Amino acid sequence: MAAKAKATAPVPAGELTPRQKKRKETIKLMKRNYELYFFLLPAVVFIALFMYAPLYGLQIAFKTYRTGDGIWGSPWVGLYWFEQFFNSPRSWQIIGNTLTISIYSLVVSFPFPIILAIILNYIKNLKFKRFSQTVTYMPYFISTVVLVGMMELFFSPSSGFINTIIKMFGGEAIYFMGEPKYFQHMYVWSGLWQSIGYSSIIYIAALSGVSPELHESAVIDGANILQRIWHIDIPSIMPTMVILLILSLGNIMNVGYEKVYLMQNDMTTNVSEVISTYVYKIGLVNAQFSFSTAIGLMNNVVNFIVLVIANTTANKIFGSGLW
Amino acid sequence: MAAKTRSSIKEPLFDRVFYAITFILLLLLLIIILYPLWFVLMASLSDAQYVNNGTILLYPRGFTVLGYERTLLDEDIWIGYGNTILYTGGGTIIGTFCTVLAGYALSRTDLPGHNIIMKLFVFTMYFGGGMIPFYIIIKNLNLLDTRFLMIIISCITVYNIILVRSYFVTSLPKELFEAASIDGCGNTRFMFTIVVPLSKAIISVIALYVAVSYWNSYFYPMIFLSDFNKRPLQLVLREILLTANMNTADSGTDPVAAQRLAQMSSVIKYSAIVISTVPIICVYPFIQKYFVQGVMIGSVKG
Repeated sequence: MAAKAKATAPVPAGELTPRQKKRKETIKLMKRNYELYFFLLPAVVFIALFMYAPLYGLQIAFKTYRTGDGIWGSPWVGLYWFEQFFNSPRSWQIIGNTLTISIYSLVVSFPFPIILAIILNYIKNLKFKRFSQTVTYMPYFISTVVLVGMMELFFSPSSGFINTIIKMFGGEAIYFMGEPKYFQHMYVWSGLWQSIGYSSIIYIAALSGVSPELHESAVIDGANILQRIWHIDIPSIMPTMVILLILSLGNIMNVGYEKVYLMQNDMTTNVSEVISTYVYKIGLVNAQFSFSTAIGLMNNVVNFIVLVIANTTANKIFGSGLW
Repeated sequence: MAAKTRSSIKEPLFDRVFYAITFILLLLLLIIILYPLWFVLMASLSDAQYVNNGTILLYPRGFTVLGYERTLLDEDIWIGYGNTILYTGGGTIIGTFCTVLAGYALSRTDLPGHNIIMKLFVFTMYFGGGMIPFYIIIKNLNLLDTRFLMIIISCITVYNIILVRSYFVTSLPKELFEAASIDGCGNTRFMFTIVVPLSKAIISVIALYVAVSYWNSYFYPMIFLSDFNKRPLQLVLREILLTANMNTADSGTDPVAAQRLAQMSSVIKYSAIVISTVPIICVYPFIQKYFVQGVMIGSVKG
């Protein structure tokens, strides 16, 4: 519409300029569709209160928050809390734990759903395929509390079936949930157990869009199945893979507190304390609001920067990013 | 799809080996996923003695429903169930309603300002205030420890709004509203008499996403609630599953009863898992198709 308005210059005297015309048009549209603004109202209020108001509250990262003074009235302290964080030896351990868990998670949880999707794509028995899908999606609906509860029970040294099997083969019972060296493996592989099916859906959808003719002609040309996967299937799910990879990279410093917090115990905190659980403990358990906010802010900024870099890179290399 | 690789020519040996290997791998995966679920079920139906010494592996031993009896006698479970149903029901109805309305409005490219609102929404997906500022805002709104907060806390997500929006952009022809408005149909009437009946699929997807996230959430209730009677099921479960040993230790003065209860604790845990998860797992096969649809709509980037 804007282009059209510009094209109609020069404007005869007495008539509206293009800009005025456009403005009039906009107001007319707004009036005609005023109900749509009411449709948006609840969501706008919700986002404003629950997402943007906390952004305003971020300033307490540079202040010393006192409940009585409120967000605005608390005194400024500059970068004091950030210095505090980086000067404590614990901070680097926590950052290290966070990165280790998150990179390990990414390395495991990224390729396996793709492999599953490709395998399912070549299952010829439709009933078996559907059954497999139903089963693999199922764990996704189990809550974190139940998942961690199940892990505690299964890996229990006295009664868990994992240790029963180990003992059956002459091994010794291991307290998996209490040993620091197992924490990351437990976290990552239980995560894969829960999400492999659900994460594969998007690839299954992408694979089902591949034209059968491509496969037929490849077969005629004598391509074996691995060659078909490599040259037909993988390229066709590449855009999806790139998008999901960028999204995960944008969360590289975000290890969800829900599961880590439930899995943690005193024996494993040295490896299991991550930024989000630390933020929770410093902030809500120890009530050091400003310190905790500062750590959270630093985390968010790093995430955001990584996301932007990943997206720019993807745009350059693959020509397809998030924005 | 099944037919696409099936040809009259016999498949090469390599491919047949490949099929065999992937079939075995898939079977293995199915066992890895199903066995823990099966184990929970059979342990919940077994005698505590066998569960505690770890001698059940394939089928229940000393079949009994005592665990369920004990669990169902626990008043906390019922309080938790009631609260969870209230929060999930309320949150799902309010959330789905608001999300669909907002998603539709944003799908209308003729709405002045839709772009800037969309950008403001999307920004919150990538950058947020974090836990403490959120907590302070909730506190300043006087919503701490209220059922109302538990109902609305995450009923609207930007991701769901985008999902609805891209659904409408791709599957609701623009001409539909143009035609209706020529006939004198306003936006509100159009929304409720034409759009809503046409979008049952997306409404189910959103309702499902919201419901599952509410049913399973424990972290917000944990930090925002202090009143025991408002606790949802997941918090009660957390107590039973992860801190139960303390509860059994102080149960009365009778040492025999206390010991019996301590012995029962693992069976009670398994029963609690079944009781809390059964509703979702039972409904799930019927709604699976909507979940898949949701992911597919999501992959058509809006």
